[in-house]
Amino acid sequence: MTRLRPLLLLAGVAALILAPIGQGNYIVYTLCSWLLFSIAAMGLNLTLGYAGQVSLAQAGFMGIGAYITALMTLAGMHWGVAVIASILSSFAVGLLLGYPALRVQHHFLAFVTLAFNTLLFLVLRNEEDITGGSFGLSGMERPSFFGLSTDSNLAFYYFSLVCFLIAAFSMWWILRSPWGRAFKALRENPIRAESLGLKVRRQTLLAFAIGSAFGGLAGALQSPLVQFIEPSSFALMHSLKLLLMVVVGGAGFFFGPMLGAAVVILLPEVLRFTEGYYLIIYAFLVIVLMVYSPNGLIGLGHKLFETFKPKHEARRDLKQGVQL
Amino acid sequence: MAELLQILISGLAAGSIYALAAVGFTLLWQASQTINFAQGEFVMLPAFFVLIGMTVLGLPMWTSVILALVLSLLILGVAFKRLIVEPMLPHGTLPLVIATIALGLLMKESVKEFYGATAQPFPAIFPQDVYHIAGASVSVQDIGNLVVSMLAIGGLQLFLSRTRTGRCMQASAQNPAVAEILGVNVKRMVLYTFLINATLATIASVLISPIYLAKFSNGETLGLVAFIAAIVGGFNQIRGALVGGLLIGVIDNLSAVYISAQYRSAMPLILLIVIILLRPQGLLGTSEGRTV
Repeated sequence: MTRLRPLLLLAGVAALILAPIGQGNYIVYTLCSWLLFSIAAMGLNLTLGYAGQVSLAQAGFMGIGAYITALMTLAGMHWGVAVIASILSSFAVGLLLGYPALRVQHHFLAFVTLAFNTLLFLVLRNEEDITGGSFGLSGMERPSFFGLSTDSNLAFYYFSLVCFLIAAFSMWWILRSPWGRAFKALRENPIRAESLGLKVRRQTLLAFAIGSAFGGLAGALQSPLVQFIEPSSFALMHSLKLLLMVVVGGAGFFFGPMLGAAVVILLPEVLRFTEGYYLIIYAFLVIVLMVYSPNGLIGLGHKLFETFKPKHEARRDLKQGVQL
Repeated sequence: MAELLQILISGLAAGSIYALAAVGFTLLWQASQTINFAQGEFVMLPAFFVLIGMTVLGLPMWTSVILALVLSLLILGVAFKRLIVEPMLPHGTLPLVIATIALGLLMKESVKEFYGATAQPFPAIFPQDVYHIAGASVSVQDIGNLVVSMLAIGGLQLFLSRTRTGRCMQASAQNPAVAEILGVNVKRMVLYTFLINATLATIASVLISPIYLAKFSNGETLGLVAFIAAIVGGFNQIRGALVGGLLIGVIDNLSAVYISAQYRSAMPLILLIVIILLRPQGLLGTSEGRTV
């Protein structure tokens, strides 16, 4: 399995490179939005699956990134500058929100982020002079690098793919570093981790802020992808959607959020023939999945796998770590 | 002055309905650690049961209300507990949170698809008269809503503190293990809590729908308000949820008039953040050893 892994990864990247070739604009667009929602979901997975805190503002952080990028590129600055500003501001807002909320335990981050997301929506909608109100902002140009333009959808897909791979690699690096390993320790046994000298609160706060920064990056990509942003794309409902992505895929698994994002984004296409009943079926499937496999689809996969390999010890994710 | 009085009364009337939802929310949390993100939809749905009774089955209003109550008890009470909460409790809070989010979506979309996406007029239970007291116009509807919700919450409080069953329910909420040892049927008490929540949701639904009209998306705001009211008041007290609900209702109406109509819905959220920072256990809550 371990020896196969690099090969599988290479195959995955190759598939991602080949996927959009010869496809229509709509499919390429859908793939792009899958990539950027995967980035946002990956960030939320760090907060939720590894640090065990529920954030209900990931769409809000995407909104911060999207609006900052839109405003800066509309003012004539290069996307490269805007994206750094987006990531840094999401990170800073994450620190500001998380610090007081994590002072008190457990589920308070969920409540504070919920309020924050709704407040942010109101500000985006009401401050028309800056944000354009409910009409939003439009006409952001897609960036070009060293003379290479990303104006065509295919070019923008590869651009998003590069960002996605960089984000995924940084996440992998974060999780493999001693700092990231500390999360696993925290999740499996917080009391023991603390007794070994881990600063639980600081660790959790940083995880939340980094997770939020991933949201900012996703927003910075969404702005040039859609070339039109409005407040309701970043409403609380979308934060819940991102939460669904992470949990449906499998919180605390590296590939969970990508799988979850694929399900949440592609399922409407698959269920298109059901017309209006799509959301009903979707909601029903989520409930059934949660009842049978609270670890999401990857958890379900592991469960099936273990029925064939009974000696494999079950993961103990989410037993201690995640509390709301 | 007259204007202020008027705002206060309509704020309290709206707030008392929020309090009904918030109290149910609190009870579910205490009894089974369920953070019910579908609570708003729980309040939205019974109004449609009433409408189905009246328009589809042609029943008179009060019979339809009773039908709605029975359906709510079965669906929002028994089925919700048996099919969703019970199998998921051992897995911790998070999957259950996700499941209730999905459940809210399911209820909302089902109403939209099977009944209609437009706001439906809902028959008023109280006469539409308006009286003028000291210059303020006070509607019978507001007073009626306030009285009915206060009676419901007062009755619930009496039931919980004065009857044997009520005290058994409190015991099961505070310490299920010890309650079980002392011979309390904890599972049944939890079921009662779910039934009470369904009843409160039905009352709130019948009271609020004549004002806001019955619409599939009503639950979004109601759920958020109930949630905020419960946290602001204190998660572990019925009194807390009551005070929280009334406070949110009054603040909401005051800020709409005196601060800014645009940022009206921001005030409860700001209050929420301030409360979490300064008094995380809520206004009336007591910090327990338990994590709420």
